[in-house]
Amino acid sequence: MITHDEICSVHSMTEADKYSLLLQVMDDYDHKESNLIQILHMGQAIFGYLSAEVQSFIAEKMDIPNSKVNSVLTFYSFFSTKPKGKYTVSICLGTACYVRGGKEVVNKLKEVLSIDVGETTEDKMFSLQVMRCIGACGLAPAMTINDKVYKQVNPNKLHRILGMLK
Amino acid sequence: MSIVTLTINNKTIQAEEGTTIFEAAKQNNILIPHFCYLENVHQIGSCRICVVEVEGARNLMASCVTEVKEGMVVQTNTAKVRKVRKVLYELILSDHPKNCLGCHRNQNCELQDLGEQIQIDGFRFEGVKSKDVIDSTSASIVRDSSKCILCRRCVTVCNDIQGIGLMNAHHRGFATFIGPSEDENLGHSICTNCGQCIVVCPVGALKEKDSTQIVWEALQDKSKTVVVQTAPAVRAALGEKFGFAPGTLVTGKMAASLKELGFDYVFDTNFAADLTILEEGSEFLKRVNDQFTTPEGAVLPMITSCSPGWIKYVEHQYPDQLGHLSSCKSPHMMLGALIKTYFADKIKVDPKDLYVVSIMPCTAKKFEITRPEMESNGVRDVDAVLTTRELARMIKDAGIDFVQLPDAEFDSPLGLSTGAADIFGTTGGVMEAAIRTVYELITGRELPMEELHVKPLVGLQQIKTADLKIEDALESYAYLNDVTVKVAVTSGLKGASKLMEEIRQGKSPYHFIEVMGCPGGCISGGGQPRPVNNMVRMKRLEAIYREDEGKTLRKSHQNEDVMTLYKEFLGHPLGHLSHELLHTTYVKREKN
Repeated sequence: MITHDEICSVHSMTEADKYSLLLQVMDDYDHKESNLIQILHMGQAIFGYLSAEVQSFIAEKMDIPNSKVNSVLTFYSFFSTKPKGKYTVSICLGTACYVRGGKEVVNKLKEVLSIDVGETTEDKMFSLQVMRCIGACGLAPAMTINDKVYKQVNPNKLHRILGMLK
Repeated sequence: MSIVTLTINNKTIQAEEGTTIFEAAKQNNILIPHFCYLENVHQIGSCRICVVEVEGARNLMASCVTEVKEGMVVQTNTAKVRKVRKVLYELILSDHPKNCLGCHRNQNCELQDLGEQIQIDGFRFEGVKSKDVIDSTSASIVRDSSKCILCRRCVTVCNDIQGIGLMNAHHRGFATFIGPSEDENLGHSICTNCGQCIVVCPVGALKEKDSTQIVWEALQDKSKTVVVQTAPAVRAALGEKFGFAPGTLVTGKMAASLKELGFDYVFDTNFAADLTILEEGSEFLKRVNDQFTTPEGAVLPMITSCSPGWIKYVEHQYPDQLGHLSSCKSPHMMLGALIKTYFADKIKVDPKDLYVVSIMPCTAKKFEITRPEMESNGVRDVDAVLTTRELARMIKDAGIDFVQLPDAEFDSPLGLSTGAADIFGTTGGVMEAAIRTVYELITGRELPMEELHVKPLVGLQQIKTADLKIEDALESYAYLNDVTVKVAVTSGLKGASKLMEEIRQGKSPYHFIEVMGCPGGCISGGGQPRPVNNMVRMKRLEAIYREDEGKTLRKSHQNEDVMTLYKEFLGHPLGHLSHELLHTTYVKREKN
């Protein structure tokens, strides 16, 4: 199995190293179609997003059609086929977060970042996405930026939170 | 298997355990309106039209995926069921264009039929329309996503029946679309052009690439001599487009309608099917001979090459095994090449002024004629391919009364054929035709089988096999005495992949294999009239064998016109001219 450290060091890897790491992942998963979702997760962790090239690579090495890989990954909103920004801002729109104002947070973010959901800012700093329940209903409305969770977010807090990142 | 007792619409019925409510109802003449369901092929409950009320269940159940249980009480015709069915229909319709009069499926559309069946009177929901992407990159198939109603029959056929896996659902919810992946299209993909997706599409989302317009233009063009040829399977299905029952042979009416349409010469691809047997049979014998003289040089099993969907499949999936394919062009390509050489010379017409049209049960043939290999002396072998459905459209368009049309004959010299050529249209037929001739070549005796049929090779099973022991061979084939020739026949690409895996692993016990790309063979090709199910397949198959049995000449080598062709023009099978005109090569393609 590949190690946590290897995944954490992808930023300093060459493209070729990334592909060989992904191949190692597929070996660990026996190239089985039933493990495709896990392989896609690791692919996204390694490359940041699943480009057409990466999809083809996975399809070829798993001996399944491109179309099948694309079918699975486009079903899940977590997977991205486009490069993401340095920070991925995700708003929870599960029931609790929705009724506590998650939607207003999304609208404000769209306005502040001048992008739509699923898009990335031109300076490649921010990507915006929405999620269904992340299991943090007590913190509603919840927002994550990369791996960090922000609780009880409201439109007024956004400038400060984003400002700290830039 | 145990038996379950249940009631449907207050009628006590019995059904085998594991049967669905839908099937149990059907067995008892209770018709549940349905839409995405396709018997034995596609039962996933995606459209929900077949919902019924089951006592004790919280929601209505989709009857095509709910199995019967002991004591179950089912109602298929309550006010609630009827209301929900209509709402579901209207929701499907809310994202479907309503310009039915301008759609090629008008009056031949399962969505229209369903609306009539459940008595729809207006529609209430006018919503956002999903993306209307038209993919016309393929030489064979056009996909119009605006008409797609996401039933996923094409997905099932492409993945589970043909084993290609190109057609899939992408994205989710309202954004869902069916097709190749976002970065691919039908024209640049692993699509084999088999067209089985077209046959099962209930609406107008998938259709063949239209060639009727270019054929009309050729017919109008005074400078062109337009020659047409018809594949064996067309005559066993064309009648269905004019109200005849499945399995009605319309050979004479078909030839007559082509003359009415204005084709200058009406030839029969069957002529070239007989020719194929002589070429392919000789090739097979040569390979067998090679195995006895130079075993390392012989490539066996040899596999038939008449089905262009199958050929493209091998080129993508088994590019390392191309040597097993017979080098014979498919029969209509052979005939095209002969029309533009042998026949052009006979009628003293410049091949450039000849326009050859093939009427085929097949969509892959549309792709096949575009292959760079398919030309002779710089002239394309065949100029246009029409499917059986397209021919029916032209006949209707021309105002020809097909039903009343008196029979006509094919023209000479490329119109004569034996019964062996007729059976090229069904799974098992090419192999049987080859065996009839090859056996006689080896032993000097007629194939000792009832009605000349190789029984184990007849029928719709996925893989069929037969053993043929050679005894008392002629002197020149004495080395084959006591040899048991093993043959296999498959139709549908999933069966083909099983045989190919054996070959790749070096475990194939066969000498000769017939593959047809579509399940059942050409009788249920991608260009044939809808609907196609096993009942229709059997009727067409029986018709094909009837056509064969009705002929005096049943063996390809008895075709006198083919023999004359060899004498006057080709020389002998596998000769120099044959190689130039009748044989081809294959290319390695990407797996994805």
